[in-house]
Amino acid sequence: MVNEINIANKLKRQELFAEIKDQKNKERHTMRRQRAKEERENPELKEKRLKENVTRTIDTMRVYDETIAQTNVDSDDEDGEDADAEDEDDLMRFFNTNQRDHPPKIFLTTNVNAKKAAYEFANVLIEVLPNVQFVKRKFGIKLKEIAEMCNKRNFTDMVIINEDKKKVTGLTFMHLPEGPTFYFKVSSYVEVKRIAGHGRPTSHIPELVLNNFQTKLGKTVGRLFQSIFPQNPDIEGRQVITLHNQRDYIFFRRHRYMFRDEEKVGLQELGPQFTLKLRRLQRGLREETEWEHRPEMDKDKKKFYL
Amino acid sequence: MSDDIVWQVINQSFCSHRIKAPSGQWFCRDPHNVTGLCTRQSCPLANSKYATVRSDKGRIYLYMKTPERAHTPAKMWERIRLSKNYSRALQQIDEHLLHWSKFFQHKCKQRFTKLTQVAITERRMALREEERHYVGIAPKVKRREENRERKALAAAKIEKAIEKELLDRLKSGAYGDKPLNVDERIWKKVMGKLEDEQEDDREVDSDLEEMEEEEESDDGEVEYVADDADGDYVSVEDLQKWLADGGSDAESDSDAESDSDDSDSDDSDDTSSKKRTKKTKAAKGKKRPHVEIEFEEEREAQPAEQEIAH
Repeated sequence: MVNEINIANKLKRQELFAEIKDQKNKERHTMRRQRAKEERENPELKEKRLKENVTRTIDTMRVYDETIAQTNVDSDDEDGEDADAEDEDDLMRFFNTNQRDHPPKIFLTTNVNAKKAAYEFANVLIEVLPNVQFVKRKFGIKLKEIAEMCNKRNFTDMVIINEDKKKVTGLTFMHLPEGPTFYFKVSSYVEVKRIAGHGRPTSHIPELVLNNFQTKLGKTVGRLFQSIFPQNPDIEGRQVITLHNQRDYIFFRRHRYMFRDEEKVGLQELGPQFTLKLRRLQRGLREETEWEHRPEMDKDKKKFYL
Repeated sequence: MSDDIVWQVINQSFCSHRIKAPSGQWFCRDPHNVTGLCTRQSCPLANSKYATVRSDKGRIYLYMKTPERAHTPAKMWERIRLSKNYSRALQQIDEHLLHWSKFFQHKCKQRFTKLTQVAITERRMALREEERHYVGIAPKVKRREENRERKALAAAKIEKAIEKELLDRLKSGAYGDKPLNVDERIWKKVMGKLEDEQEDDREVDSDLEEMEEEEESDDGEVEYVADDADGDYVSVEDLQKWLADGGSDAESDSDAESDSDDSDSDDSDDTSSKKRTKKTKAAKGKKRPHVEIEFEEEREAQPAEQEIAH
């Protein structure tokens, strides 16, 4: 319709165009008003419309993953128990699910010859992680030897910060005594003071929210974080640490919350923010590679692994 | 061709070996260059008499060229293998560059020293097992990952997801019978709904859920008894204190310490909260939150003391 306007006079053309646009707007508004009226009288219509009119996002169009389907079945049948048992057989069995016997005790270090950025990030992690001990990495001691030493001292996890060109680029999580090992890429780290309106954290043990870890691999990653953070939160602290997985990116956030209402929650960010992306999962202490991110995995936008 | 003409071309028009550093300095990439700088003195093209030190397949050689061999480019460079012994090698350089300019004598020795150091480092690095492996990332891949992360963050709506999860926990009773993180008024409302739901559930009657409920209620009861011993009003006050985000309670704490703390309220807030946790931990040990009550007495007593002090 707009394309058909073939008037040489610009003013006339604009006038006509404005008229057409006005008309369209009016039509749309009347349509909406009418629809609202109908739906007020008949709420089912609205429900029906909302049900039909769902936005198609990358997440909803996700490529089918058989490990997710398994978990959907297990909610109502005995098959689920079998699936759980299988999971337990695999990597999951290394993680201690009952933390009463073995509360998490974490050994934190950096790569060899680390720069300032790594130590600053270590300071941040010391605040976030529970029962953590930072040791400056010494030259000449291999990682396996460090792991052995940690094992003797009853550490349950090792976290190694990887710094490259004065930027923190990676985090390695090694579960002791016998793995597995996770390597995550770290990106978009935002330090606390850069977050507007941030609060100050207290020393209460925070709650943990793990969102969207769906596949078998994703659940293994979720189990890692579960085993790292203590499972007896001080709920009076009203602090919550979130690891939200969306499209294989794991977003780390820390908030203080307040129930304003039975439907509303107020959140205050405590910081820091950073994003993790799983790069490699190895059995044992950096031995056999279980899963590794390869460049061709990026080809399909709708295929996710966590 | 005369050296001066060569240098004129290099200096004033173009040389393919010449590069400019960001600092503005000119460097030379010719492998024969003894200093690496682009100058008249150290230019291997513009000097028909030239000496340098190079390493080839792990061995270090002294290279020399003279105007006499300039017409045979294939045989232009005469090279002498230097001894593996450092001092012996220096002597060799001295012998071969006996009547050469001081510049070449000095620079060749300097370059030889550096190359020896590089060889040592290389050998050491080859022996050492490197634990870190470097993987290059193409700018295209990096940009793609950044963009996908940005879009994933927008799609995640993290805060909404957290709020939903927390409300789920509250409503499913995961915080126990008497949660410390909810205002009592709100909790009562939620409780009302919870009880309705529970009644419905019982009508449906699923054994598993009942078991869970029982367990939960058991846990709750144990805590309940401990709190009850002190009477009701204490627990209500506790709740208010926890909920008031650094309110009067924090002030009282900081008052107990010093007057100056009042000025920076944030700091005092932080410290007081830490103290609070300590106190509660202590209280948990005794299973009695006595401490709060004692503090109220202190607060009353405090102003009087201050007056005396002034």
